[in-house]
Parts: sequence; C-alpha cells; structure tokens
Amino acid sequence: MAQAVIEGSVTLDALRGDVRRLRRERVMRGLFFATAALSVGITLAIILSLAGGAADFLSKVQLSTLWSEGWFPRRNLFDIKTIVAGTIIVATIAMFVAAPLGLGAAMYLSEYAKPRARRFLKPVLETLASVPSVVLGFFALRIISPDIVQKLFGSSVPIFNLMSAGLAVGLLVTPLVASVAEDSMHAVPAVLREASYGLGARRRATSVHVVAPAAVSGITAALLLGISRAIGETMIVAIAAGGTGGSLFNLNPLKGGQTMTAAITSLATGSDQVRSAGPAYPSLFFVGLLLFVFTLGLNLISERFVRRVRKRF
Amino acid sequence: MATRDGIERATKAEVQAALTGKRRRVGETVFTLVLLATLIIALAVLVALLLDVARSAVPVLRTRGGEIFRNGYSALPEGAGIKQGIIGSLYLMAFVLVLAIPLGIGAAIYMEEYARDTRLTRFINTNIRNLAGVPAIVYGILGLAVFVELLKSVTGPGSVQGKSLLAGGFTIALMVLPIVIITTQEALRAVPNSIREGGFGVGATRWEVIRSHVLPNAAPGILTGSVLSMARALGETAPLIMVGAVTGFLATSGGFLAALRQRFTALPTLVFAYVKKPQQDYQDLAAAAILVLIVLIFAVNLTAILLRNRYERRW
Repeated sequence: MAQAVIEGSVTLDALRGDVRRLRRERVMRGLFFATAALSVGITLAIILSLAGGAADFLSKVQLSTLWSEGWFPRRNLFDIKTIVAGTIIVATIAMFVAAPLGLGAAMYLSEYAKPRARRFLKPVLETLASVPSVVLGFFALRIISPDIVQKLFGSSVPIFNLMSAGLAVGLLVTPLVASVAEDSMHAVPAVLREASYGLGARRRATSVHVVAPAAVSGITAALLLGISRAIGETMIVAIAAGGTGGSLFNLNPLKGGQTMTAAITSLATGSDQVRSAGPAYPSLFFVGLLLFVFTLGLNLISERFVRRVRKRF
Repeated sequence: MATRDGIERATKAEVQAALTGKRRRVGETVFTLVLLATLIIALAVLVALLLDVARSAVPVLRTRGGEIFRNGYSALPEGAGIKQGIIGSLYLMAFVLVLAIPLGIGAAIYMEEYARDTRLTRFINTNIRNLAGVPAIVYGILGLAVFVELLKSVTGPGSVQGKSLLAGGFTIALMVLPIVIITTQEALRAVPNSIREGGFGVGATRWEVIRSHVLPNAAPGILTGSVLSMARALGETAPLIMVGAVTGFLATSGGFLAALRQRFTALPTLVFAYVKKPQQDYQDLAAAAILVLIVLIFAVNLTAILLRNRYERRW
C-alpha cells in the first residue's frame, strides 16, 4: 500500500475511501449487471430452444410434406403455407378493424378532445387494452360469430371461422394501436399546430396535413406493433378459428383455418397432443421459430420508426 | 360576389361572415364526427361485450352464490367452480412478485444508472425491447423446452412430468420481466440529474445515491409498472397452456410450498376449458369466471392508474 504523504495528514489511503463501502459498491454493480445480462440470456434460451426443436423436426420430417394439402400433424402433413395463410388472413382482418378505429380514436383524443376528456379517456383505453385474450375469444365464439358474421354472410358460414377470430383480434389490438399513435401525435410540438392555424388552416387540415405527417413514424410504429401483436395472438384463434385437429389449405376467411399460434397450442395440448418419436411434437418448435422470426422482424422495424420520432423532437 | 368594373369583389356581408366564422363548415363537422365515432366504437364495443358477459354471469352468481368460489373443476357443470383457478392465479402472482419485479428493477437500475453508452449497452437495450415484443406463446415454448423438459427432475419429477406450478411460475415471470424493466427504466429516467448530483456532491457512492436519492423519487413509477405487470400476468393464458396448466389439478391442501412441484391451473386456463365445452351451463360458468377475472384485472389496473395520478410529478 502506498503511504505517500501529499499534504499534511491527507494520505492516498484516506482519499481512496472506506474499503467496505467500495466493496459494497462493486458487489451491487455486479448484481445489477447480472440482472441486466439475464435478459440476453433469456433471448439466447429462446433462440436455442426454438432452433434445437426445429432442427429435430427438420431431421425427422419428409421435406415434401412441408408443401402439401394441409396442416395435419397426426397424419404427418405439415403444410407451412396453410398456417402462414391462416395467420396472414387473421392479421389482415384484424388490421382492417384496428387501423381505422385505432388511428381515428388516437387523432380524436390528441387533436379534438378537451384536456379533461383526454385525461379520463386515455386511462379507459389503456384499461380496455388489458382485457385478456381468452375473454375476446369467448366474445368471438358467442357473439361475433353468430350475431355478426353469420348474419352478414349467411348461416352457411360455420361457427368456427377465420373472420370472427380476425374481428376479435382487431378489437383486441385497437386500444394498443390507439395508445401508441396517440402518444406520437401528442408529442408533436404545439408550434407546428399554431403555425398551421396562423396560416388560416382549420383543425381538420391541421390534423391531417400537419400533425399526422409529423407523427408518421409513431403512427407507422403503432401499426407495425399492432400487426406483430395480431400475428402472435393465440387464445382467440385457438378458441374461434376452428383449427383444432388441423386444417386444409384455405384462403376463404369465412371458413375455418389454422394459424401458426393455434397450431402450436393444439400440438401441445388437448386432442392433438402428440408425443411420439415422430416429427409431430418437434414441429411446434419449428412453427414457434417461424413466428419468432416474423414478429422479431416487425418489432425491429417499428423500433427503428419509434427512434426516428425521438430524434426529431 | 358583386361584380363592378368587371372585377369580382366580396360584399361587406361576405367578408364579415368569413371573419367571424359563423358559417358551419360541413367538411369540418363531418370529419370531427367520424373521428368521434371511431373512438366511441373502439370503446363501446368492448364495453358492450363486457356488459353481455355480466348479463350471463350475474344469474349464475346469484343462483349459485359463493358456491362457485368454493368448488373446483367438475365434470358436472352444476357442481363446477373456479376455486383452484383463483388460487392458482394468486400463486403465479407470487412468482411475478418474487422473481420478475426484483430482477426487472435490478436490470433497469444497471441500464439507467451504471451502464455507459457503449455498443453492449445499446445491444442489451434493443434486446430488452425485442423481448417485450415476443409473443406470449413463444415464452410458453421456452418454458416447455427449459422448465418442463430440461429441468424435469427439479420442477416436477415422476407423474407430474415437469408440468408443475414451478414451471408455470418461472415462465410467467420471464414473460413479464421485460415489461418491468422498461417501465422501471422510464421511471428512473424521469428523475432529474440534479437530484443525483446532490448526492454525489456530498460524497456518496453510486449505490448510495441510487438507494437514498434515485429510488425514493422513482418509486411511484416503478410501483405502477410492477402493478401493471401483475395485471398482465393475471390475464395471460397461452404460455400456461404450453407448460401444461391443466383444468382442475391443483393441490390446495398443503399450501404454496407443497403445490410447487405439483400440477397447476389458473383462472384464465379454467375460462379456456369452460369456453370449449358445448353445454350452456358451462358457457354461463365461463361468463361468471370471466367476470371474476376481469374484475380482478381491472382492479389491479385501476390501482396502477390511481398510483400514477396520485404521485405523478413534473420536474
């Protein structure tokens, strides 16, 4: 230990401070770093478990069955386009509901509602965003399918169909889209609006031609997040889309179909539960990997859009 | 328009009307109404659906009373209840409380208070944000691979096959972890630097500053985020189904510790099971279970919102 005297009684040791305090400092920092590093560990674990199972699946499956007439794991038919098409149909219907409703509600809350109304309505919207998806699955089966879809398209439509599931997913995603889009419109500086009013523009012109373009990154991010959530939504499709036991390749939203998420749940549970040496069980990891890659891509793009908003204002 | 000398000029009345803006602009009004309609539809549809659930649920609650809270899963709809579901969900909350919240707060403290802006920090941050966007069911697959299969001997040996409360609790905790981290990061970021500098100025170490200056000021925000993550965990079903939450299997006799390595269930899982049954009685029971679930979730959410409004501070 250096005992160099600097000035009078002040030693380097004294400047270094209490050893116990410094040790505690290092310990705390280490602990916090470990918890932060855990998040990377979780990602690695997700990727490894998905990839491990997927590799197992690909080694067992006959590759020709990946492009066949339908998704029937028990009959060793693993047609990827069936579940991808089902997922895309449900997500598209959902966004036809969620995009206009969510963005319209966001614009009303941010540009038209009085501050007091906004303070009340925003939490209501956020609370509705927490309605569990099983509950919306119940609605899809009990109300949306018999009372809306079958009334509109005729009673020849089966009770389990992609349309009802898509509409319910849309309702589930709407509060999320509205909330994220509202945040970004609300963050547009008032100066821009005032400049527009100063030029004689009315509220509609200001909202549509000034606020919306200024918030376009956030709005895009809201829509992408909505799509990503719609793709990953599981319970509604598992209850209402009619994919239990598998499904033929089908592009008609008024029929039953299978999505990636519903395929995973029915492989892990219920009547389709399969645990044999065959490719059926590991196929759920393969579908999971597909789903993970899809949503990861969407999330990365929307993250980029969100960051652009932060940079600008 | 009045024409004089061949030039179009506005009359005094027209100028006045334009200036005072008394004229109703049809386009403006229609646009406002359309926007209002989208908001009303977005809110009202969900509210209407909830009211419909209440309509089927209230008669069940009225005729069967507290019985459905005392009875468990049953093959006979008249005798079936939701007791195990409620207890199972409370057990899962305990995992969130003990695992996800402390770990999440720790990670957020590192990211906001210790980490410098390096490539590694940015990578971890992006990683956390992406974890928050990973679908719940993928966490279910993670739980299936790691807690149910890999760690079978720890989580639930023998006939439980790893599909135990321990596996479910860990899976749910991992799923809400990124939400806790992100909300805590925001709460920490909202604490102004001058407060930290006050602490450093009197010679405190970083941990001392965090403990005595930063955390107390960020506590309301952290609490709100933690409560929201519990609400999220309450409603999630898909990952639990993946790790084998089964209707009606929950050892309620020996308490929490005895139940850890046994099979488990949760309220939303029970809802899923009842919804899938064709009998009307089960459908009504599902509605009653949904009502209980939603009341629980909204109560938790309301707590979070009230906390936020009560302690919201602008620096």
